[in-house]
Amino acid sequence: MGKYIVKRLLHLVWIMLAVSFLTYLLMYLAPGDAAMKKLYAHGVAVSDEVLERTRERMGLLRPFLEQYGNWVLNALRLDLGVSFKDGFSVADKLAKGMSYTAVLTLSSLILSLVVSLPLAVLTALKKNSVLDYFIRFCSFVGNSLPNFLISVLLMYYLCVRARLLPVVADGSVRGLILPCLALFIPICGRFIRQFRAEILEQLGKPYVAAAVTRGVKRRYILRNVLHNASIPILTVVGLSIGTLLGGSVVIETIFRWPGLGKLAMDAITNRDYPVIQGFVLFTSTIYVLINLLTDISYRWIDPRLRQQ
Amino acid sequence: MKQTTSPRTRKKLIVFLILAGILIAVSLLAPQLCPNDPNATSASMMNHPPCAEYPFGTDRYGRCICSRVLMGARTSIFSAVSLVAITFAAGTALGMLAGWFGGAVDAVVMRLADVMLAFPQMVIAIAVAGILGGGMGNAMLAMGITGWTLYARLARAQVLALKEEPYVHAARLSGCGAGSILLKTLLPNILGPLVVNAATQIGVMMIGIAGLSFLGIGVTEPQAEWGSMINLSRSYIQLAPWAVLAPAGATVITVMIFNYLGDCVRDYLDVGVEQ
Repeated sequence: MGKYIVKRLLHLVWIMLAVSFLTYLLMYLAPGDAAMKKLYAHGVAVSDEVLERTRERMGLLRPFLEQYGNWVLNALRLDLGVSFKDGFSVADKLAKGMSYTAVLTLSSLILSLVVSLPLAVLTALKKNSVLDYFIRFCSFVGNSLPNFLISVLLMYYLCVRARLLPVVADGSVRGLILPCLALFIPICGRFIRQFRAEILEQLGKPYVAAAVTRGVKRRYILRNVLHNASIPILTVVGLSIGTLLGGSVVIETIFRWPGLGKLAMDAITNRDYPVIQGFVLFTSTIYVLINLLTDISYRWIDPRLRQQ
Repeated sequence: MKQTTSPRTRKKLIVFLILAGILIAVSLLAPQLCPNDPNATSASMMNHPPCAEYPFGTDRYGRCICSRVLMGARTSIFSAVSLVAITFAAGTALGMLAGWFGGAVDAVVMRLADVMLAFPQMVIAIAVAGILGGGMGNAMLAMGITGWTLYARLARAQVLALKEEPYVHAARLSGCGAGSILLKTLLPNILGPLVVNAATQIGVMMIGIAGLSFLGIGVTEPQAEWGSMINLSRSYIQLAPWAVLAPAGATVITVMIFNYLGDCVRDYLDVGVEQ
């Protein structure tokens, strides 16, 4: 177990090095001159002399690899540079945004799990009943709805017409309801479909038939089925973190929820490269770490994997 | 690969293939089907409700929404289908080469795929599209940068599984080169799961590109695209709800048809889908 974790962590180091390199390269290749962008963002009159001095101060005249190396070494000390726009630390901005994004994504993830797991079990047990068809249809529709569309429609019907909720989510609990719902609907639709398929696969295995013929109580069988289905279920949940982080950019921009996604979108509008770099590096790190945790948890769930 | 040909599965597959065919035909014939010029503005017809001349009403610039939805079908369906085709071809080719040759080729391709999978797809797409600026080509690039890994991993695993089969050895002994074995012997045998995954990806890519356009970093005005139409009209939703509802309906119906088609292909070929 310990050996396995060390191996995975070494792999992670190399992956994160490559991720950070590509992230830096993307901004390096971006059209336009970073020094110019910074000066424009500050509203400074641009003369050749000022431009040259800014380039030098920003380290833009050094070779690419040296610039990248400095950025990574600073990133390891949690220093991701300062925003072009207002000169505040990128790491501080990300940390502040993260608390809001964590509330939003975790609340919709928990809501999705609470709703989808019982429904998946129910539809799998009552396969091909009217209820099964109805829930499958709803989850199919939910899975096909783009999150920005759900947001716009929710806003129109609940805020504008029914006047139930505020349009702008300023970070309050009431403001959390709509963005959380907009993230929840497509994810929940996907969860129900995939969980149902996994549970049905387990229900078709010989050990279930054997338990049924021996007269084992249904809930004991169900407990085994859920335990055996939990590895694929965890995989789906781990991968959904990526969807949630990407979706939060759209949702937070629409509802003005002050999280990471809105920060990133504002940075893109302002061409604030250090913030975009920080955002991509930070979200990828979270995503990779969560998927590492799910991989490790497989061994904790399935003792057979521990022997290998 | 086992083929289940229960008549019901087949019938469903045919029905949805026809529906998808109709959508693609509509998108190709869009310029001929438009009742009005999709880009013509009219100051006297701003935010006009649906009427005989403008079946879905007009937007804030007085443009015909029906025509723009039809032209948007062209953008959305064409971009999603061609993006899936490109990533499918590139990913499959790379994956097969990696599986067949192993060694350095395998290491380079699969490590690259590993790194791409470390980025959440929409996060990297938003960053790439946001930095490169708008345009359909950039939006497709942004989605495709991670999209190919799905096919590459799958194709590699399949080639590795089939590499030592007797018929592959037979082909090699009869003097076939690597290219001929990969294309003629292996490709037909690994196509099933790849096609299923490609079919399910059309809806995903469509939602992704529409999402980028909605954020203003995908397909940009005045080119018609459903995501950007919804974004443009959402601040006027009280005055002209039809300007949002028409492209919204078109998006939902199209994505649902392609997603259901993906399910039908999966049931028909009876293979699992990568997650």
